[in-house]
Amino acid sequence: MNLPFRAPTSTSCNDIPVLRERGQREVFCGLTGIVWLHRKIQDAFFLVVGSRTCAHLIQSAAGVMIFAEPRFATAIIDERDLAGLSEIDAELDRVVNRLLERRPDIKMLFLVGSCPSEVIKLDLKRAASRLSQIHSPKVRVLNYSGSGIETTFTQGEDACLAALVPFSPLPANGYVPPLLVAGALSDVAEDQFRRIFAEMGLPDVAFLPARTAAAMPAIGPGQKYLLAQPFLNDTARALEERGATHIPAPFPLGAEGTTGWFKAAADAFNIPESKLRAATEAGHIRAKLALEPHREMLAGKRIFFFPDSQLEIPLARFVSQELGMEPIEVGTPYLQRTHLAQEIGQLPAGTVVSEGQDVEKQLDRCREAKPDLVVCGLGLANPLEAEGFTTKWSIELVFTPIHGYEQAGDLARLFSRPMDRRTRLGV
Amino acid sequence: MQLTLWTYEGPPHIGAMRIATAMDGLHYVLHAPQGDTYADLLFTMIERRNARPPVTYTTFQARDLGGDTAELFKTAAAEAYARFQPKAMIVGASCTAELIQDDPGGLAKALALPIPVIPLELPSYQKKENWGASETFYQIVRNLAQPRREAEVNPRSCNILGPTALGFRHRDDLTEIVKLLESLGITVNVVAPLDATPDDIRRIPEAAFNVVLYPETAETAGRWLERNFKQPMTTIVPIGVSATRDFIAQVAQLAGLDPQAALAAGESRLPWYSRSVDSTYLTGKRVFIFGDATHALAAARIAKEELGFEVVGLGTYSREFARPVREAATKLGLEALITDDYLEVEAKVAELQPELVLGTQMERHIAKKLGFPCAVISAPVHVQDFPARYSPQMGFEGANVIFDCWVHPLMMGLEEHLLHMFRNDFEFNDKAAASHLGHGASKPSAPGAAANSTAGGWASEAERELQKVPFFVRGKARRNTERFAAERGITLITIETLYDAKAHYSR
Repeated sequence: MNLPFRAPTSTSCNDIPVLRERGQREVFCGLTGIVWLHRKIQDAFFLVVGSRTCAHLIQSAAGVMIFAEPRFATAIIDERDLAGLSEIDAELDRVVNRLLERRPDIKMLFLVGSCPSEVIKLDLKRAASRLSQIHSPKVRVLNYSGSGIETTFTQGEDACLAALVPFSPLPANGYVPPLLVAGALSDVAEDQFRRIFAEMGLPDVAFLPARTAAAMPAIGPGQKYLLAQPFLNDTARALEERGATHIPAPFPLGAEGTTGWFKAAADAFNIPESKLRAATEAGHIRAKLALEPHREMLAGKRIFFFPDSQLEIPLARFVSQELGMEPIEVGTPYLQRTHLAQEIGQLPAGTVVSEGQDVEKQLDRCREAKPDLVVCGLGLANPLEAEGFTTKWSIELVFTPIHGYEQAGDLARLFSRPMDRRTRLGV
Repeated sequence: MQLTLWTYEGPPHIGAMRIATAMDGLHYVLHAPQGDTYADLLFTMIERRNARPPVTYTTFQARDLGGDTAELFKTAAAEAYARFQPKAMIVGASCTAELIQDDPGGLAKALALPIPVIPLELPSYQKKENWGASETFYQIVRNLAQPRREAEVNPRSCNILGPTALGFRHRDDLTEIVKLLESLGITVNVVAPLDATPDDIRRIPEAAFNVVLYPETAETAGRWLERNFKQPMTTIVPIGVSATRDFIAQVAQLAGLDPQAALAAGESRLPWYSRSVDSTYLTGKRVFIFGDATHALAAARIAKEELGFEVVGLGTYSREFARPVREAATKLGLEALITDDYLEVEAKVAELQPELVLGTQMERHIAKKLGFPCAVISAPVHVQDFPARYSPQMGFEGANVIFDCWVHPLMMGLEEHLLHMFRNDFEFNDKAAASHLGHGASKPSAPGAAANSTAGGWASEAERELQKVPFFVRGKARRNTERFAAERGITLITIETLYDAKAHYSR
């Protein structure tokens, strides 16, 4: 049997019109990434240096109080701190000391910059290096910015991983794992990917981020890397600076995306097609099988994406190519053309890609287009449902394991369930 | 700088949003960075509102900071007016915009919009959500209220001030209180801010007096109206049977009516349910209370006088209302816990080992972790605090709701009795879950069930005797005995020690 491997299409996307907008953005800031990053890196603590708004945001985005004592917190800046910058260092030291005393299990501490800390030009890099000296070797202190003035939602993960790269170990003998996968994945998808890579003949694959601070992978020259997420611009740059080289690939969503992703790795390591097929064929077939019932429900339906996670382009590719849906508008906060080249090329002609946002105008377009399914943030979903639209809240696409063959059906279900529900309800 | 794991209140501009979202025809233009739009989901998800909050955010980014963020604000305000055609506008800054000092008030004024534009100064680095709501409501009232036409004031009319969007049971409290006031023969002139228009706010001075339902949000406005329009205001919050009766007496007096008919007609099942014999087991249950000041104070009174509990802890995160809470605590022989630090509250609950926690969603979490029953009495709100059913806290029906909500987490009296009788039954024992936890429930995490500590050194016959104590109080018996032994320097706990301790702690 021949698997429908797609040859990489032209990287040109001139035939896809891109609508660029500026206006009110209905998106999260990069601090929100803490919600999944702190689950991923199990001995890391994320300390936002910010305002009460920052604390309130993370708490609200995390779904009020899931974890009794989560591994994130906010050092809330108050008026006394604003009065004179000189005291802030001492205040931060005090807060960090209190925190680390309470949590001796913490091995890695991220000082996370916020809008207020950026505006008052608080030097968290210097603070991190000072605190690292104090608490080393028990705790390593790093910093990145998740501020809304600099980052949109998933860019917080990009900033976090980019901050990790320079601190990854460089072994004396220069050995680095030949392949590195960058981007936080659910543990279950990561384990599946590891098994498939091993069957392909790549037993030593590193994942960034690792699950613990001590397990962060070595990064260096000769290493090739695959991106598991489309929003890792800064991380990619940091990896290149360490000497790693990018393997252009689609993203591992759905049967086709996942196979394309593994094929890109196989090509980069000169793995024969037979070996690739042996490792991926069963998964590919299972994924197709899992997608089938959803395809029946979704084929021909029109879908509209509001910008949220930067996953929108690969998701639009998935729903059109693998579920037969028709994307009308695909909004993304930023269009990272280099990493998305293979995905954009596969969007059906006539799809509007919009970058940035003016939420009021976009809502006008959505109402005008009357899509069958709207993918949007939590602030818009219920109001649109009340107007009669069927919606899928986009944050679930970020929090749910969706990557790889075995999750393809789960990913499709995220789109089909709202439609299914509509048909069931008689009230 | 304060280390914060969870916050009881959001920043003050969230309070302003609660006012704006409650009202009709009012729009809020908020100078704020990208990301602050998260606040919309509080209203659309937690409260399940079917419309977006009437808020326009400028959502500036780093690249705008070098340019003209002031211009961005003006454009946003002008476009918001053109699109939404509000009857009045409030303008202000969130925490980050406060730092860049663009003066939204002055900028909006320069636009010369044909509607009232009310500037808000909400210091984000000092104040919090409830203060922000109160200040916003006060500014709106102050800016819009029109001179009173004395001749037209109906002496039996009032306004109801305080209910907001995202308020704890505000929707149902309002229904209950409107019904109560109307049954007394009092006309409700304006309810605000919930469902009020700017025109309604203008008419507030036309009523004879004000009912301040939630002092956290409406006391400041109420006092201003009292000073400027000689409108007296109520000072009793009608939560609980006695407080509702006191409230009826107070409004009747303000309206010049006789309360006797309403008091006689007013019925709650709480007094009888509390006197019925099944409630005997409620006697002296040790409760810990924490919430906003209004609900914590009301809960303390109900717990003590209407359910016969013993209040062992009382506190609030509402620093603005610390004084009345301190006074109430003193009367109960307690020291009030005034804090917005969740860790401090948790430490207090762990120390006090109450039999019931009445708190916010935070305390629900603390109680769950420590294995205590809990009922939620106050904001911060959770999606569960907007039940589909009618579920007020105020008035006589509110008292019924409270009785159920507080008592159901506890084991029922008859059930407790049966458990005791059949504690050695082969299937009715501590390995089997209690029926009130439902079929398939896991082993109950009774207080102290996890305490496997052999600290203090238990003699084996004492340990066996301890196993005869019903499981739901066994943890407490173990702790009390160990404390008793430790205080007396007893190194080996015998059966004698166990019963000495029991006698010592029996009250």
